[in-house]
Amino acid sequence: MHVRKSMIAAAAAACLAVGLATAAQAQTITIGLGTEPTSIDPHYHNLGPNNQIAQHIFSRLIEQDHKQRLLPGLATEWKAVDDTTWEFKLRKGVKFHDGSEFNVDDVLFSMERAAAHPNAKSSFKLYSHGGEKTYERVDDYTFRVKTPAPYPLMAVDLSNVHIVSDKSKGHWEGDFNNGSQAAGTGPYKFVRWVKGEILEFERNESYWGKKPHWKHVVIKPIKSSPSRLAALLAGDVDFIDQVPTIDVAGLKKNPKVSLSQGISNRVIYLHLDQSRDVTPFAKGLKGEEIKNPFKDVRVRKAISKAINRDLIIERVMEGIAVPAGQLLPDGFFGVSDKLKPDAYDPKGAKKLLAAAGYPDGFQTTLHGPNDRYINDAKIAEAVAQMLSRVGIRTTPETMPKSVYFKRAKNGGPAKPPEFSFMLVGWGSGTGEASSPLRSLLATYSKEKSWGPSNRGLYSNPKMDEVLTQALATVDDAKRAALLAKATEIALGQDMGLIPLHYQVNTWAARKGLKYLARTDERTVAYDIVPE
Amino acid sequence: MTVFIIRRLLQSLMVVVVMSFIVFGGVNIVGDPVEMMVSDEATQEERDKVIRSMGLDQPWYVQYGRFVAGALEGNLGKSFVYGEPALEIIVHRIPATFELALAALLMAVVIGIPLGVYAGLRPDTPLSKTIMAGSILGFSLPTFWVGLMFIMIFAVMLGWLPSTGRGDTVPLLGIDVSFLTLDGLSHLILPALNLALFKISLVIRLTRAGTREVVHQDYIKFARAKGLSDARVVLVHLMKNIMIPVVTVLGLEFGGLIAFSVVTESVFAWPGMGKLIIDSIQSLDRPVIVAYLMIIVLIFVIINLVVDVLYSILDPRVRLSDVKS
Repeated sequence: MHVRKSMIAAAAAACLAVGLATAAQAQTITIGLGTEPTSIDPHYHNLGPNNQIAQHIFSRLIEQDHKQRLLPGLATEWKAVDDTTWEFKLRKGVKFHDGSEFNVDDVLFSMERAAAHPNAKSSFKLYSHGGEKTYERVDDYTFRVKTPAPYPLMAVDLSNVHIVSDKSKGHWEGDFNNGSQAAGTGPYKFVRWVKGEILEFERNESYWGKKPHWKHVVIKPIKSSPSRLAALLAGDVDFIDQVPTIDVAGLKKNPKVSLSQGISNRVIYLHLDQSRDVTPFAKGLKGEEIKNPFKDVRVRKAISKAINRDLIIERVMEGIAVPAGQLLPDGFFGVSDKLKPDAYDPKGAKKLLAAAGYPDGFQTTLHGPNDRYINDAKIAEAVAQMLSRVGIRTTPETMPKSVYFKRAKNGGPAKPPEFSFMLVGWGSGTGEASSPLRSLLATYSKEKSWGPSNRGLYSNPKMDEVLTQALATVDDAKRAALLAKATEIALGQDMGLIPLHYQVNTWAARKGLKYLARTDERTVAYDIVPE
Repeated sequence: MTVFIIRRLLQSLMVVVVMSFIVFGGVNIVGDPVEMMVSDEATQEERDKVIRSMGLDQPWYVQYGRFVAGALEGNLGKSFVYGEPALEIIVHRIPATFELALAALLMAVVIGIPLGVYAGLRPDTPLSKTIMAGSILGFSLPTFWVGLMFIMIFAVMLGWLPSTGRGDTVPLLGIDVSFLTLDGLSHLILPALNLALFKISLVIRLTRAGTREVVHQDYIKFARAKGLSDARVVLVHLMKNIMIPVVTVLGLEFGGLIAFSVVTESVFAWPGMGKLIIDSIQSLDRPVIVAYLMIIVLIFVIINLVVDVLYSILDPRVRLSDVKS
């Protein structure tokens, strides 16, 4: 009895609370997120969940829209003065949330802070000082950036660094982490953050850009996907991210929910060991040692042909993914229009295997994470079955990402990953093709910081040369063509890695709201608007 | 009794020291926190900097030495993920978890004992059989499934209670509690009941078994023969004698409620320690894992001590010096 009484009382109270809150609610949006930031400090950790929160509070010199196209932010215009010098003009009359005026000193301070943060768990130095940038103050609203060599990624780089007020000098942690010092120039002001519970923003009425629709934003971290979905269906939140693929079909029929879907910049692909002569996870059919089959381009091409990408998407991904033939989907900067996803062709695959000297196939193990990408473990299982069908007897082995990425770590040719055949994903932070080319396919070089995630240790000097040339070409059209050419060499010709599909992300909102699905997978309150 | 308590505290200290070594060694074997932490695009220079800032460039015994030195000053290290003192992060989460665990414990006692006594006194009525059948369900249904069902029924379909999260809080003696606000209470009911379900079933079974045994004892018959009312016989003579196993088990289970409310906290997005530890394990936040387990060890030690003291109060025959721990 006790329980029932208190339940009725609570239910009555909840109804009352809802009634009272309705007036304020029209201005408020409550968002259930699958991730939580680790800090409000925009220079602490270069990580999606942190960056998506930071971009509510802080502006950048150059903003990225939902398709990662560059838009003027705190900089109104920028141009290359000569091959190695860029000039940026800043917006005038912008105020920080604490009332102080924005000028060039804040920019210079922010760039230094981004690079020098002592506790950063991945600083933004890559963007603020990559390519050996040096900054030069011209006047209160103009500055120049110089690099020793031509540096075409200037604008993209600077679109990744958030600008803080130079008053925050010396605030590295504590107040900055928990947000109470967090004064930016962004569309929302920080209100409060209780870790694991709630994060609140209030609209910045003097925002320099387009005024966001919602006066209050309440963000609740709900990591468990079914619970997050239930919170939406129960009306406790208006909007959620990371809708599980398995629920999408059901939600499409639900009249109370509207879905937004968009292709992401994340490609799911297979890495194959191309450095060792004998690789630990490739054996002959009787378990005898064989030379590394993945070094043969015919074997790599055979694997690609043996995979039925459409079937994986239909069965494993519930139709929510796009087959991939290169590193970024169509429409991104630097993609090739010649590369298409390989068609499913088991006969062709067998022929190639026979030509490579494996008419009966061989044995291997495909390693992958099971809690990192959408349906990652199931994809690995499906791929393994498809390969087994053409004779490559593949055992899938998946593990938690915390274990997987240590063992799949690439330490260069001297310390290659433990695995021979790996499932991984890559999201292009810059929104163009040089990011995956440089990280996944360029020849490993610690000094140049090339190929840190080239877990297969693919290497082709010709590709490196074209990429080097692209990274030094300021002219956009020429650079795009060079990047496309580099991709054609690395994938079309060499099949240095095997792309499977591009992830498609799904957001769900209560009926009446819509969201501009972002390719960078972020959830941003000001992009949620009434229909 | 003082000697007993002092001896127990010293033993506990040993346990804590040994635990710290095992836990510290254990988490250092698994995974690479740097790989989990840094951005994919980070340069080698950047990685080296992160490794140094987390002290991972040192061999494990130096890391352990630093940890012990810090721990003696009450500093259990800085969270890798949040960059703030691990102890502080955990302490912030303690009130939410304690509130949930206490609410569940209260439900277990308030619901479990009367039902158990009833089922023990009238074992053959249909209601008793229903209670016992229900307790089997309470034992065997998986917590996460029941939690999701609660959310589906009470939040999504009926709309009576909120689905997830913790409601409004008010400070009580400097600690933020939610059970004093209506909104907070409505958020508390479902997760607490979810967490309590197993305990309720446990208490029902223990109480019923105790009741059936005690009800045939001579002193109960004598009490009845004296003409005492049913209420007095049950509430005083019977209850007192069935409480010892119930208190023991609840005491131990309370530790479990605090330490392992992980599933319930995850399903209901309850901002407690259980959710924190799961997140920390997934992101290999070693300092938080170690600090959390140290705190849990302390809590268990204290609960065991309290249970022993409660024994001596409930049963005068038990003298603390006689209890070998």
